[in-house]
Amino acid sequence: MDSIIRIENLTFEYKKGEETEPVRALDNVNLNIERGSFTAILGKNGSGKSTFAKNLNGLLVPTEGVIYVNGYDTSDDEHIWDVRQSAGMVFQNPDNQLVSAIVEDDVAFGPENLGIESSEIRRRVDKALSDVNMGAFKGKPPHLLSGGQKQRVAIAGVVAMKPSCIIFDEPTAMLDPKGRNEIMNIIEELHDEGITVVLITHFMEEAVHADRVIIMHDGKVFLDGKPEEVFAQKEKVLSVNLDIPLAVELADKLREKGIDVPKDIIGMEEMVEYLCQYE
Amino acid sequence: MIRDITLGQYFPGNSWVHKLDPRIKIIATLLFIIELFIVDNFIGFGIAAVVLGAIICVSKVPISYILRGLKPIIIILIFTFALNMFMVDGRILWQWKFLKITAEGLELAVFMAIRLVLLLMGSSMLTLCTRPLALTDGIERLLSPFKKIGLPAHDIAMMMTIALRFIPTLLEEADKIMKAQQARGADFESGNLLKRAKSLIPILVPLFVSAFRIAQDLAMAMEARCYRGGENRTRMNEMKFAGRDYAAIVMMIVFGAIIIIESRML
Amino acid sequence: MSIRVTNLKHIYDKGMPTESLALENINFDVEDGQLLGIIGHTGSGKSTLLQHLNGLLKPDEGTIVIGGVDITKPDVSMTEIRKRIGLVFQYPEYQLFEENVAKDVAFGPRNLGLDEDEIEERVKEAIELVGLDYDTMKDKSPFDLSGGQKRRVAIAGVIAMKPEVLILDEPTAGLDPKAHKDVLKMIEEVHKRTGNITILVSHNMADIAKLSDKVLVIDSGRVVALGTPKEVFSHREELSRVGLDLPPITQLTEALRSHGFDIKDTILSVDTAADEIAFILKNKGISR
Repeated sequence: MDSIIRIENLTFEYKKGEETEPVRALDNVNLNIERGSFTAILGKNGSGKSTFAKNLNGLLVPTEGVIYVNGYDTSDDEHIWDVRQSAGMVFQNPDNQLVSAIVEDDVAFGPENLGIESSEIRRRVDKALSDVNMGAFKGKPPHLLSGGQKQRVAIAGVVAMKPSCIIFDEPTAMLDPKGRNEIMNIIEELHDEGITVVLITHFMEEAVHADRVIIMHDGKVFLDGKPEEVFAQKEKVLSVNLDIPLAVELADKLREKGIDVPKDIIGMEEMVEYLCQYE
Repeated sequence: MIRDITLGQYFPGNSWVHKLDPRIKIIATLLFIIELFIVDNFIGFGIAAVVLGAIICVSKVPISYILRGLKPIIIILIFTFALNMFMVDGRILWQWKFLKITAEGLELAVFMAIRLVLLLMGSSMLTLCTRPLALTDGIERLLSPFKKIGLPAHDIAMMMTIALRFIPTLLEEADKIMKAQQARGADFESGNLLKRAKSLIPILVPLFVSAFRIAQDLAMAMEARCYRGGENRTRMNEMKFAGRDYAAIVMMIVFGAIIIIESRML
Repeated sequence: MSIRVTNLKHIYDKGMPTESLALENINFDVEDGQLLGIIGHTGSGKSTLLQHLNGLLKPDEGTIVIGGVDITKPDVSMTEIRKRIGLVFQYPEYQLFEENVAKDVAFGPRNLGLDEDEIEERVKEAIELVGLDYDTMKDKSPFDLSGGQKRRVAIAGVIAMKPEVLILDEPTAGLDPKAHKDVLKMIEEVHKRTGNITILVSHNMADIAKLSDKVLVIDSGRVVALGTPKEVFSHREELSRVGLDLPPITQLTEALRSHGFDIKDTILSVDTAADEIAFILKNKGISR
């Protein structure tokens, strides 16, 4: 299999103060992320998932172990810009990641840093903005946009750099349901276009759409598998302070009442489809 | 409302003024300001006002919008007006105890007020008709000859870009924090100066914390988007002089000449 | 104690070119001990309404009578209003500023002009009420706490003012699932123990359906629906017209109904849904 990201024995420690013992945020993580896949990474606050995300594009470099992105070692200064261009990143707070006071100038920021020719930047910016349905807002200042719209601009800014992989670090945590839906739809569209998606989240319903779910706990990989495999282990999921998706919870309750709902039903649509065969 | 502040804001448009090269507009604004200080009579101001009026007309920025931008400085305006009016000696028009208004004082007060208003309207035209990023790009280009003597032209421009982007965000943040503390019974309006200054602590501490958080987040986001300073950076909007820019240069020279001649003659 | 809001109207930037109608014809009551849920999408006028209830904004028309006092009257003092109504803003942890938790929680009570003994007692009580241990927390810097703890401390800061009405704007926004559940449970607990009126604003329809005695739906500054969760969530079309969803479980059962599955309408909890579905399937002989 072709892995876009290879993680070998990743350990990451940070120091809070000069005298204090270093805190181990990530502990011997080994993972490969396949090209074109959609991976959801779940974990409660402090589980190391955000630190993990920042290691994936060289914003943080491993204390021990090594990460390869598109074949480039993230701790190799020579190729750090190749790493960051290959693995783009969208952050949680929609306000704090937009650099420019005009939407289209902000989207151009990444390509400009890459030293791309101006007519090509223009093309990419227009394309990226229309990909996230923000073409009509290209001349607007970000502070007049809603949270969801700002986050779409942030995504366009990454898309315009033509990355092969995008890491989303809790992109919907600060949005209302409408904004959350918009962002999830865009993430799925990007995945359909062939971009590798790594989605860090604590909303279980968002993880249902992924091909693979990884649950992190105490800096380690706690569960890893297809969504239906991971969420079937209800007790384990709950034990690390996470939730299970609604359809899984309902299926579980129905099983207790003697109805054999198949294990692979984890989404609402599938549940409705399953039950309706009996109407 | 905090959102009403128009000083330093951009007014989107597609006019002749909007399309001018930012470098030309920056130089024109500087010249306009210098000329306001050369002018020493009301006729000169009349000419400057006509020129400014023409620019505003062409720019299609509503005059009410520009005037609204003056609101925050009304207090400064009144203060300087009063200062000039009462402090200048001369032919007394009105007197009450130690307060007096002189004809010279009144004239100077009006003169300075006009200068200040023209100055602010002129410079706000620059920001209203120039996209913030084009403005900072323009400044960067104009400053770039000084790079040789160690002036960090790109960094200065980047700082201004970020400031322009985050001023509204921080104002909103300040507004939110203020309301939250008011809901906890904080009182910013009564008491003596010391008490009022102290009452700002519950706003300033959270605001600083927010500003640091924004700075940290932003630095990380910029790095993630491959920002590595001004080296090898390209631009989406390349700056090239067009016909209108040369026309603007000619007009600038004509206007400058008129002002100088007019103030020498009278 | 009760809240009676009558014909409330608010216009932003009155007389300016940007003038806009923020609230109009808002009418609702909340009785003693009730929990009112308010839903509406961002920009619907919810925040404007909350700020009126707390006296931060004054209406252009209408009255807000709380416990017999019309707080829109100019002669009602702000301290009086804030003694009665506590407002916890969205992301309240961003307003923490003192060097330690106890001092921060004391900020509100101190502004009410209470004496030191009373303040200390209230601070202690409030910190315990939000589910934190007073002795371990009091000397900690609020900036060293976890996200969930910061949120609790910030809420304690308002609870310590002992408001008869406690308003919470999106109290669980941005929290992880565990912290979300904990904060929600805490709100229920505080509501039960103090017996106050609680107003909860949330985008989370499941939480609203679970906790509220009464739900107010607001859109474009107007009341769209008002009633029990069951009544409000049965107006599916109206809610979707103003861009609001049903609680997820209700979405599921309504989807079943629209496919001809013969299940009761407006089911609001997973347990009820499971019972109903199991009952129907068993009647059809589909079970072990």
